[in-house]
Amino acid sequence: MMLKRTRAAFDGVSEERWNKQIKRKKKIKHTRQIVRLSFATLFAACFAVLFLMPIVLTVTNSFMSASEISANYGQVFATSDTGGKVYISERVNLKFIPDMVSFSQYITVLFKSPEYLLKFWNSVILVVPIVIFQLLVAAGASFGFTRYRGRIKEIIFFVYIILMLMPYQVTLVPNYLVSEWLHILDTNWAIWLPGIFSPFAVYLLTKYMRRIPISVMEAAQIDGAGEWHIFSRICMPLCKGAMCSIAILIFIDYWNMVEQPLILLADSEKHPLSVFLSKINAGEIGLAFAVATIYMVPPILVFLYGEDYLVEGITYQGGIKG
Amino acid sequence: MRFLKGKKPKSSPRIMRTKDKNLNKADKKGPKAGSNRRDRRGKRISILYLLPSVAGVLLFFVLPFMIVIYYSVIDNPISGQFVFFDNFIMVFHNAAFQQAARNTMMFSAVAVPLAVILSLLLAMMLESKIPFKSQFRTFFLSPMMVPIASVVLIWQVLFHYNGMMNEVLEWFGKGKIDWLNSGYAQVVIVVLFLWKNLGYNMILFMSALSSIPKDILEVAVLESASPFQIFWHIKLRYMSSTLLFVTIMSLINSFKVFREIYLLKGDYPYDTMYMLQHFMNNTFGKLDYQKMSAAAIMMAIVMVIIIGILFLTENYFGKDVEG
Repeated sequence: MMLKRTRAAFDGVSEERWNKQIKRKKKIKHTRQIVRLSFATLFAACFAVLFLMPIVLTVTNSFMSASEISANYGQVFATSDTGGKVYISERVNLKFIPDMVSFSQYITVLFKSPEYLLKFWNSVILVVPIVIFQLLVAAGASFGFTRYRGRIKEIIFFVYIILMLMPYQVTLVPNYLVSEWLHILDTNWAIWLPGIFSPFAVYLLTKYMRRIPISVMEAAQIDGAGEWHIFSRICMPLCKGAMCSIAILIFIDYWNMVEQPLILLADSEKHPLSVFLSKINAGEIGLAFAVATIYMVPPILVFLYGEDYLVEGITYQGGIKG
Repeated sequence: MRFLKGKKPKSSPRIMRTKDKNLNKADKKGPKAGSNRRDRRGKRISILYLLPSVAGVLLFFVLPFMIVIYYSVIDNPISGQFVFFDNFIMVFHNAAFQQAARNTMMFSAVAVPLAVILSLLLAMMLESKIPFKSQFRTFFLSPMMVPIASVVLIWQVLFHYNGMMNEVLEWFGKGKIDWLNSGYAQVVIVVLFLWKNLGYNMILFMSALSSIPKDILEVAVLESASPFQIFWHIKLRYMSSTLLFVTIMSLINSFKVFREIYLLKGDYPYDTMYMLQHFMNNTFGKLDYQKMSAAAIMMAIVMVIIIGILFLTENYFGKDVEG
């Protein structure tokens, strides 16, 4: 207050006028900020629409009847001539809302053609054990990396990081050789075992566990807790959130897998739905959207349920040196 | 189970004894002597926890990689004749490999910087007190969740010759483009890549942005630094490790774009979409181990070099902030 008055006196402006000026300036600043924010919001909204559109379109299109889909999109997927029996429009009409909502596609997929459900079940069978056992293995390993850190362990951990950063193109060749050597090629084991021992979860969980203050574990040790007790009663409960987020990350990754089954599973009967969907032939194109939607459901449920965990997990991935 | 039980009574009294010793010695010499032995025991147990994972990684990743190195320098697995770099040279001169390597490099060189810059922009937008921030975050993250196989149909419809993108182009009075079967195919896969990965990168940048100390930013504002200066000299410096990580992850994910291409176009797509993974897959089909191994090792070396360079640059630019 004191400062203001002297300043006003110095500039030769009355206090009232000075205050008014300040108010006006604040107002201008405020409106400018609002304009900037609304622009940002508009921009973000446009982006959001672009991001959501493919997903929404897939879902809405799954409610079209078979004839409507083949009329609209027949051109895209027509590999063979349909003999002029089915109407196919010249243009590919992308529609947001079907002319008539029908559940016939879902009924066909769920009750009449078991092959899709079979492939869906293949996906489940391939992914769920990997998620569970990778977490179990990683829990033990990250505990090992956290307790009694020494030079050898740091070197091993560094090897893990390098392995994690290698693209599939590099790791698939070794995986293939081992699977062949163990005679597990063309069985689910060829996908399960490398998945279970993948260093990804170990890396993330170790990073998280190393943030637990060491005094907590030391206090438990002084109170007479063995390593098992420290592991099961202290580390695991503290890492529950991290475990959830890692589970989600693993799940997304493997639910989406294409490379591994293509190379390690020659028998296309065992392929998961993610690979099979691309091989749907033109005659069944009506079903494709319904199957795609069904395939989306589990990860989206996981996402809606565990978005915060997912965000947390991604955040922990950052800062590779930590 | 029984042998564990049988062992326990043997060992547990010893622990008890050392503990007692500790207590007695604590007055005179401190707990060092006893805790040393306990430490050693704990160390051994902690190795036990590590064992399953290390054994698995050795068996499924490290040892086979050694075999891959071995395969890459021999004539064929049966004769096992040492041929030095012949395989590498052969692969390197392979037209398909050259095409694949060139395409992959081109794609990564365009897609990775775009992914980093755009996601940084998105993150800064969301961090600027925008309304509905958490909703936007959900929207931007959702493509990461959706399996590629599910949305590939829509991409096909969008980018078909008579599809929606071309209709939009016609509105603006431009000619039609055969998106998936021409030079524009690279554009399409860059778009797909960005769609899939921007959300993930954005989350990383958002957390980095929110962890920049507020007082430093306030001081900068007080000293009338321009927004650009604040961004360039403070924010970017503090985010250097995240920047490194995002770049590496984008690079790795850019190799995964094979999924999109395979699901869109199958084993043999248009020339500019033929990626290294296609080359590998098609070599797998022929079971040409030497070629495959040489290609894999070349990729591994290139990856290690790129990541090493990124690490070094980050070290150079970010070291004064870290402490």
